Amino acid sequence: MTTFEAILLTIVTASTPLLIAALGELVTERSGVLNLGVEGMMAMGAACSFAAAVTFDSTVLGVAAGMLAGALMAALFALLVLGFAANQTGSGLALTILGLGLSGLVGAPFVGARRDPVPPVDIPGLSDIPVIGRLFFEQDLFVYASITLTILVALYLVRTRSGLTLRSIGENHTSANALGLPVWRVRFWAILFGGACAGLAGAYLALVYTRFWSPGMTAGRGWIALALVVFAAWRPGWVLVGAYIFGAATVLQLHAQAAQFGVPSQLLSAVPYLATILALLLLSIRHGRAIGAPGSLGVPFVPDR
Amino acid sequence: MFSGKVFGALAGAAVLALSAGGAVAQPKDKIKVGFIYVGPVGDHGWSYQHDQGRQAIEKAFPGKVTTTFVESVPEADSERAIEQLARTGHDLIFTTSFGFMEPTLKVAKKYPNIKFEHATGFKRAPNLATYAAKFHEGRYIIGQIAGKMTKTDTIGYVGAFPIPEVIAGINAFYLGAQSVNPDVKIKIVFANTWYDPAKEGDAAKALLDQGVDVLAQHTDSPAPIQAAEARGKFGFGQASDMERFAPKAQLTAIVDNWSDYYVARTKAVLDGTWKSEDTWGGLDSKMVVMTPYKNMPDDVKKLAEETEAAIRSGKLNPFKCPIIGQDGKEIECKGNGALSDEQVLGMNFYVKGIEDKIPQ
Repeated sequence: MTTFEAILLTIVTASTPLLIAALGELVTERSGVLNLGVEGMMAMGAACSFAAAVTFDSTVLGVAAGMLAGALMAALFALLVLGFAANQTGSGLALTILGLGLSGLVGAPFVGARRDPVPPVDIPGLSDIPVIGRLFFEQDLFVYASITLTILVALYLVRTRSGLTLRSIGENHTSANALGLPVWRVRFWAILFGGACAGLAGAYLALVYTRFWSPGMTAGRGWIALALVVFAAWRPGWVLVGAYIFGAATVLQLHAQAAQFGVPSQLLSAVPYLATILALLLLSIRHGRAIGAPGSLGVPFVPDR
Repeated sequence: MFSGKVFGALAGAAVLALSAGGAVAQPKDKIKVGFIYVGPVGDHGWSYQHDQGRQAIEKAFPGKVTTTFVESVPEADSERAIEQLARTGHDLIFTTSFGFMEPTLKVAKKYPNIKFEHATGFKRAPNLATYAAKFHEGRYIIGQIAGKMTKTDTIGYVGAFPIPEVIAGINAFYLGAQSVNPDVKIKIVFANTWYDPAKEGDAAKALLDQGVDVLAQHTDSPAPIQAAEARGKFGFGQASDMERFAPKAQLTAIVDNWSDYYVARTKAVLDGTWKSEDTWGGLDSKMVVMTPYKNMPDDVKKLAEETEAAIRSGKLNPFKCPIIGQDGKEIECKGNGALSDEQVLGMNFYVKGIEDKIPQ
């Protein structure tokens, strides 16, 4: 394996959890709900998936537990912001703090346990193609799932009636309600989907990326996922691009240091964040406002009577 | 710096004890000992090792000492947590991160009858002692092992931040490697975090991808050594024994062993002999402990054991003079035949042979 291939492989691993979490948040936000609790749901996903995977010695059950944990956290959030029309920003932040704390409790007995690596899917023949072979045809299942998920979310939002409903509710929940669209029900499922994705991203971190669990291991990736949704102007394809730019910037700066390019590491560490700010700037210069933001994003829905 | 300050602090303590009259320490039957940790007990590293020390106290004085701890205390908000312990009847309080220095000092002044101990800091008071460990002694040994074990003559180092503590570790590691392998090169990556398992792992992978085959780390999670294990390369455990994460890759681990110190200090409070001092312990005081040397040929193991013994007995100092800087000029030798403690604690240069620059 050449250095080039190795770098590309690391970039894929670094980008995948960001992509999965950001896709979930994108669907939630397109329905008009801002859930700032991604970090907390991801932390719970990581802890519960690792706990289940170790207890039952099964990666599949681990992943299921991670997604379930994320979805349950999201359900709690849904209860607050839909049931009680609570402030979404506050509820989301509370969810993050709760998730980080609760994950410490859940994971405490599993500190120090380790899991064996999840074997990559090896497609015979194809994975022997030089350079692109290993990159495209010998990844773990999560990577393929994340790409498939991107396509499905894009198709769902643009091509299906249900996706159209979700988008119109996100654009203007009052009108949507007047048209008789089920605002609460759609938003509930969108929030749950976001939670399950965050949980899946957490499961990937704990089971594939690091293969051990320790408190606070999400280390801010939930926040990056939130930034990615804005970076992508709420479009799934751009979330994919953004996640990979972000992953690449993170990994490449480490390689630049190892290769002694003489660029300050602090600056290099900041590159992904600077890229996000730059992208936002360019988007708003071209369009006058942050394009793509759903009209009802973050506004509590209280129907007129 | 240290000997002078210790003396000053002792003199200060004596004066205060005299002037306060009644504040002279008395032997006690039952005490409460409190701990403040910067990270979670489950970090596998820094805070985990401090908690091992706390448990050692419980074991050493059954029925006489009760302990409590507060984990994951943000440095900016630590004053409240420390004061909480002070108010709830603790006789001895350990605050275990550099960033707790000012808050500890503040609370210590408010509660002159409670003993405080602050790890890795330099501010003392009559009722506030400081302690730290000479991890660079261990890093010199692992440097020698790395220098012997590398086949590519390229060794790697995952650092947290370019601060003196980390720089001194890198220099000690490289000097050790150079002493047994003059051709050895080092590649250094700063993760710019103490704790982000995924990123630490990526930093390690970047080094391994660029030809590094023996890896040292100065970040807190087992991710780097685990990356070495996955690639069939070698690494060293940091802060605690990480063998279970990398049974084939871990050559040895530098373990922070606070247990003996914590037990001794607790006993001092029980006996009424506690004094404010500065302790900088190394291999000799067992504050720094090497785990068994494994996964290496016998001659390398023998070399490591000899070096460990030499450092412990004081025959060998990793920073013995002459130390040559990157510019080829000799660093002024302010200690006795070696760099002074002050120079080590404030180290801001790489030694000759390291081709990288310290990020500014």
